[in-house]
Amino acid sequence: MSEVDLKALGEEYKYHFVDEVKPVFVAERGLTRRVIEAISYHKGEPEWMLKFRLRALEIFQKKPMPTWGPDLSGLDLDNLVYYVKPAETRDAKSWEEIPEEIRRTYERLGIPEAERKVLAGVGAQYDSEMVYHRVKEELERQGVIFVAIEEGMKKYEDLFKEYFAKVVPPEDNKFAALNSAAWSGGSFVYIPPGVKVELPLQAYFRVNTPEFGQFERTLIIVDEGAEVHYIEGCTAPMYSSESLHTGVIEIVVKRGARSRYTTIQNWSTNMYNLVTQRALVYGEAFHEWLDGNLGSKVTMKYPSSYLLEPGARTEILSIAFAKTGQHQDTGAKIILGAPHTSGTIVSKSISKGEGRASYRGLVKVLDGAKYARANVECDALLIDPESRTDTYPYIEIQEDTAHVGHEATVSKMDDEQIFYLQTRGLKEDEAAALIVRGFIEPIAKELPLEYAVELNRLIELEMEGSVG
Amino acid sequence: MNQLEIRDLWASIDGETILKGVNLVVPKGQVHALMGPNGAGKSTLGKILAGDPEYTVEKGDILLDGESILDLSPDERAKKGLFLAFQYPVEVPGVTIANFLRLALQAKLGREVGVAEFWTKVKKALELLDWDESYLSRYLNEGFSGGEKKRNEILQLLVLEPTYAVLDETDSGLDIDALKVVARGVNAMRGPNFGALVITHYQRLLNYIVPDRVHVMMDGRIVAEGGPELALELEARGYEWLRERVKEEA
Repeated sequence: MSEVDLKALGEEYKYHFVDEVKPVFVAERGLTRRVIEAISYHKGEPEWMLKFRLRALEIFQKKPMPTWGPDLSGLDLDNLVYYVKPAETRDAKSWEEIPEEIRRTYERLGIPEAERKVLAGVGAQYDSEMVYHRVKEELERQGVIFVAIEEGMKKYEDLFKEYFAKVVPPEDNKFAALNSAAWSGGSFVYIPPGVKVELPLQAYFRVNTPEFGQFERTLIIVDEGAEVHYIEGCTAPMYSSESLHTGVIEIVVKRGARSRYTTIQNWSTNMYNLVTQRALVYGEAFHEWLDGNLGSKVTMKYPSSYLLEPGARTEILSIAFAKTGQHQDTGAKIILGAPHTSGTIVSKSISKGEGRASYRGLVKVLDGAKYARANVECDALLIDPESRTDTYPYIEIQEDTAHVGHEATVSKMDDEQIFYLQTRGLKEDEAAALIVRGFIEPIAKELPLEYAVELNRLIELEMEGSVG
Repeated sequence: MNQLEIRDLWASIDGETILKGVNLVVPKGQVHALMGPNGAGKSTLGKILAGDPEYTVEKGDILLDGESILDLSPDERAKKGLFLAFQYPVEVPGVTIANFLRLALQAKLGREVGVAEFWTKVKKALELLDWDESYLSRYLNEGFSGGEKKRNEILQLLVLEPTYAVLDETDSGLDIDALKVVARGVNAMRGPNFGALVITHYQRLLNYIVPDRVHVMMDGRIVAEGGPELALELEARGYEWLRERVKEEA
């Protein structure tokens, strides 16, 4: 086999390893009433949750597959395993069995070894207890709740019930229904009125719960005047043996509160990543979505903000990177439902090889939302001649005094830029990577430093040997 | 063989031959000027020296200290110590000068460059160019005036410290103050370990960067060579007399 063939093969299979986790319970294939009952039983849930799941299952079964977006025909919903309860301890030795390629990627991303193991889904759980003990103490002192969603459901049942599935009801879409029926894992966060959480809350603060579930569900309530930055995921490749990730993220941002939800995901390229993220934003409150999508086979993700009361504001920043075999169908939705609400969408996509990145966005100004303002900017960068991008901007304005702007650009990798940087000593692919980094800089600079550094390194890796 | 040598160089773009047998030598330790009318092929020569893939070299050779660099990529040439200051520096949005310069320096030296070491070098260069350090956090050439772009090229020259530099019409579009600053930068580089080819259309720059030799290019060839006085003569008499003389000789 020639060197080129080997390389192509490595590209395709580099995240394709099988971990040695011994699950204690594996549900049968397909999503059935029996599977749902088993999930609920294994979680020891209250009766109302089981009823909710079963109702969601009916909705899921009735709703047709969405056909307005990317091709989902490769997704065989009847042949998936919908619940795996992991064993308490995992076989640490299996780290050695992870292909050199993926270990090297982690090393080059500079991820601490303990974290790498968690990311790879093998080895002992990342013991963050010691490191974050003090952070946790401080949060508890302030009355902040930050727990696994299952714990939230049981320990804070009244609070949980008040908001759960109120932002994204199962009727919303087929995959929200699927998640509602089969959800497992995720976070429950409550920030009391006026409390400003200084450090970003990161999923790995939570000890002894899986970083990602296949059907993770996160509920965040930011009470009046409170502030929080929540970070989910990371730039390192995430592997799952199942090919579907369907998350639901619900956020309630009450009067005068500020919140930011950052997620960077880099799923392995066998994955259909279909996520519903929505925030309800009340009077004078501000919510930001910062969304990065690097991996997966197909991603459908449109973080949305519903601006419900006067003065509510939102910003939605997103980056998508699509390589050959990938379709990133991402964007944003803003519903401006009250006077003097305002929103901004900045979307940047990069398509490489035969990759396809689509921007799909909705800006809707409801009748009576006087002087509402929204601005959309989407920029696409095409690395190769066969790369593809499309834009589907939907704008609906029912209010005369509203102002909505939309700007879209498509640019190609510029040979003159490459040459210029090369004459300063950068290799061709290094030059290309630097140009891509510059392209996403307006969004990357909003990331916490360690994430920005990881993202930059990752882009360098993605661009290696990509040109010339 | 400590010199930049261009030997019978023929080159074309899109089937049109631009360089028709250029012969030119810049010894290390000297600064030479390359003059000539518009369309003579001066800028083309600069780009070809740096390895611009848009052009096809049909014949001849380029030797850096006796070694052919013709088969090397632009970055490999840079690592060998060659630098081209662009006539039209390219904008790279989102990439700060500081970030870019440090990456370039690391590439040149083939090792990590610590923040302190980098900062010491850059600060010295900025002072020489009378430039504010706030420029370092600006995006590379984005929204720069013509003068700022040229100054930025000289900043890179000073930080990267190449062995041979080609300056492609670095004086064009500069007012007299900016011109002096650019000249100061180039003159600071002068020494036994630095050679430069200063491409210019006008003699003006050569009042501030006094060349050891002057080469004149027309129709893709070097048609005259001489000392600094040749530049003055061209300034006084224009290029036409030289064109006539070349015709007579042919």
